[in-house]
Amino acid sequence: MSARRPYVRPMTGWWRKNPFFIEYMVHEGTAFFVAAYALILLASVVVLGQGEAAWNRWLEFLMSPLCIIAHVVILLAFLYHSWTWFNIMPRTLPPILINGTRVKAATITYGGLAAAVIASLIVFAIVARLAP
Amino acid sequence: MNTSERMITMEVLRYRPEQDETPFFQQFLVPFTDDMSVLQGLQYIKDELEGSLSFRWSCRMAICGSCGMMINGVPKLACHTFLRDTYPNTLRVEALAHFPIERDLVIVMDDFMAKLESIRPYIIADTPRALSEGEYLQTPAQLDLYEQFSSCINCLLCYAACPQYGLNSKFIGPGAMALVHRYNLDSRDSGSAQRMPLVHAEEGVFNCTAVGYCSQVCPKKVDPANAVNINKTESAKDYFLRFVTPKGAGK
Ligand code: SF4
Ligand code: FES
Repeated sequence: MSARRPYVRPMTGWWRKNPFFIEYMVHEGTAFFVAAYALILLASVVVLGQGEAAWNRWLEFLMSPLCIIAHVVILLAFLYHSWTWFNIMPRTLPPILINGTRVKAATITYGGLAAAVIASLIVFAIVARLAP
Repeated sequence: MNTSERMITMEVLRYRPEQDETPFFQQFLVPFTDDMSVLQGLQYIKDELEGSLSFRWSCRMAICGSCGMMINGVPKLACHTFLRDTYPNTLRVEALAHFPIERDLVIVMDDFMAKLESIRPYIIADTPRALSEGEYLQTPAQLDLYEQFSSCINCLLCYAACPQYGLNSKFIGPGAMALVHRYNLDSRDSGSAQRMPLVHAEEGVFNCTAVGYCSQVCPKKVDPANAVNINKTESAKDYFLRFVTPKGAGK
């Protein structure tokens, strides 16, 4: 009989054992807020289809203090989500060659962030122009 | 550099299957100088304090990949980590995470060996080449495509860094995928059709949730997470392209 008795260590609480994993769980958790905001947008579209009265009531609800606090929290989660998303992006892409040299990981990350900032500014400008 | 001897406490996870029900920590007081690695600390313990302590090593220069272990909870090569960086704190050494412990710091790596074999980590030529035809030629640009992935030393640090592998050891894992990618990218190789089923499989690349810690701990800058994630795209492409290409045309 073999004297081997390999010991398998349990995985319970694995994500608490390393700061890297804690951060991973936090940034994955921010996806919940992204989904929550998508639902708010979707709800807005549905309410818009229900006519002016419904829309005005919805606007009033959106401007309630609780809702504004929720939006601030979602915004912060969004910012962190974007940062971690672009941070991991270089690891998910095949090498990008420009004039025969590889684009650096940091360039991809900051390029992505810059694109996100510009897109946000454009959306913001459009909204500001449309606002009554 | 400080050449005087100081004393560091090393706390080592022990497991002797013939007498221990579960692993336990044992402390040793080890004299060290600034140029001593964790591996040398373990060698001191084995030579002077506790001869039964088991661990793997060979090259003691970060090239053979034998001495991977958890050092203060982080997967590292013991020969590539200095005792001075932890001093005056206690340095904790454990067997590489996510693998069964055979004895003390020695892990059971049969699972990885089987995976390594399954991915055919060698050049598979379309038509066998006669010796008289001479060597294969490759341009620097062709070499550059896969060179980074060919630096892998099979140290398994990336597996110890991968919670998905820890939760489900059927997952092919970062190191093996880096090698799949290394051979698939090689201009001399035509074996990717044989390797891709492992990439597509349920236990293939889509087990990865892009934690990314594997690439951070890799001592050879292989970036296995990159290999895994590029192959998610490759796998998806293969899946959709089969609807538009005539049977067998893509291979
Ligand atoms: S990819 Fe890096 S960490 Fe993983 S086995 Fe190879 S050398 Fe080690
Ligand atoms: S002893 Fe060879 S890598 Fe550490």
